[in-house]
Amino acid sequence: MDGSRHWISLVMMLAILAGVTATIQLRGASDAADGGSTLEALRGESSANEEKSSAVRSNSFVPPETFPVTIRKPAGPPRVATNLKDVHGEAVTVACSTCHSTRSPNLQNKTPQSLDEFHSGMKFSHGTVSCLSCHNAADYDSLQLADGHRVEFTDVMTLCGQCHGPQMKDFEHGAHGGLNGYWDLSRGPQQKNNCVDCHNPHTPQFPKMQPTFKPKDRFLEQSRSEH
Amino acid sequence: MTTDNSFPQEPHDGEHLKPLLPILDQPSTRRTLLKTAGAALGLAAFGEALSPLMVIPENVSVDEFLQQHYKELTDEDKKKVFARLEAETKERFGADVTITDSKPIPGVRFAYAINVSKCNGNGKCMEACNKENNHHRGVDQSYIRVLEMTKGSMDMENGSTTYDHTVPQDDKFYLPVQCQQCDNPPCVSACPIEATWKEDDGIVVVDYNWCIGCRYCEAACPYHARRFNWELPEIPPEEVNPNQGYLSNRIRPQGAMEKCHFCLHRTREGRAPACQEACPTGARVFGDLNDPDSAINYVLKNKRVFVLKEELGTKPSFFYFFD
Repeated sequence: MDGSRHWISLVMMLAILAGVTATIQLRGASDAADGGSTLEALRGESSANEEKSSAVRSNSFVPPETFPVTIRKPAGPPRVATNLKDVHGEAVTVACSTCHSTRSPNLQNKTPQSLDEFHSGMKFSHGTVSCLSCHNAADYDSLQLADGHRVEFTDVMTLCGQCHGPQMKDFEHGAHGGLNGYWDLSRGPQQKNNCVDCHNPHTPQFPKMQPTFKPKDRFLEQSRSEH
Repeated sequence: MTTDNSFPQEPHDGEHLKPLLPILDQPSTRRTLLKTAGAALGLAAFGEALSPLMVIPENVSVDEFLQQHYKELTDEDKKKVFARLEAETKERFGADVTITDSKPIPGVRFAYAINVSKCNGNGKCMEACNKENNHHRGVDQSYIRVLEMTKGSMDMENGSTTYDHTVPQDDKFYLPVQCQQCDNPPCVSACPIEATWKEDDGIVVVDYNWCIGCRYCEAACPYHARRFNWELPEIPPEEVNPNQGYLSNRIRPQGAMEKCHFCLHRTREGRAPACQEACPTGARVFGDLNDPDSAINYVLKNKRVFVLKEELGTKPSFFYFFD
């Protein structure tokens, strides 16, 4: 062993030490953002405090604004197509009451199968309820609840909720029916569907769909480039 | 790194003042020769090993090459980096975009739940993800994979992603799988350079510019939730989503890893994730775990809930439930 060898190892140790110190300093700099002792960190902390105090101020004087949840509503009573056109070329539709107000309801009709004039081809698959379980014989431009109270087509959810309590409860808690807009109502409004947006009231089971989009997973196909 | 004469050569015993180079001038003992050859080889190998660091790849600008880790960027740095990325997007994809970095909302902890009784496998979520997150149109990339599973089995190995018939089939159920935002994320532990980490609101994010594309995280993820950009994404300019997040849906560079980030550029602004808005069956529920009145907490308290591969201890923030 000679002196120069010691010299080399000393230089190497110094280099390593320098490296370690540099790393520690870097770490320190990044840690400082969490409230260290450098000037920058102090500045950051004070601005955070300002934000906090302004938030507290706004909390104590003005309660945070809450945006509304809008539940879509049907436009109104359905209109029946007549396959006729008016002078402007627009399709002529009629209200339910146009026909129904001129004829008295036949309470024997429970399903579309027993109808021989109108609505006869209609598909119906909704448990064992009959037409007048929901439709209002006193005014066909409205619906009726199980206790006979009139309810408008626009408030159809009240009607559905009579039987479908669990779904209604899920809906009210945001776990049924999906949503659009904001999950955080302090930042923006939310829009939700109503029952008949997704469920046809006469055949309420959700319809079958055809998938239209498929990611092409790499392991499923031949390679596209020459990797 | 160049070899130079200043490298301290070891002088031979008793010959301190003799010039060390050329080697041939030294008494050619076997020992000196071997040492000199060894030193030269070592230097050469060191230089060779470092050489990739000395050359900046053609498709990477100097600024990008020298860019720091996201967590070490100051606000000033970020402004420059985002401006550079916006300019690059304009140049490469022809689209004017805005890149931001939404921070976690203090006190908010995100979680997601999917109703497997409702999901019918229609795949609208995958399509929405593709559009929202500026995925490669060539391969129709998406962060979501919907598995068609046989009823009575939870074997995801046998789930099909290629089904092409009307859904739902009577003997099947449908399991959309995306990043589970684990509390104990194996992908984060696997990353050798901390290019991926878990944020305070529970979202596991990737710094696409720091990622070296080793794909260890892809191998570590038990949910197959990570995707690798084999190619630079191809997106028509009019389809580029201009609302972009640095850690989320900005167009990823080639060779970077990516994954679902709960649409953080939307959700951290209070908006619903794109896949939830797109779901026609209402099977998806998203919200804040820390809010006792949130939809997600209603589901966790009132439904039969499970997580995928619970036995692995990954502690997902992603739940599945049925009515």
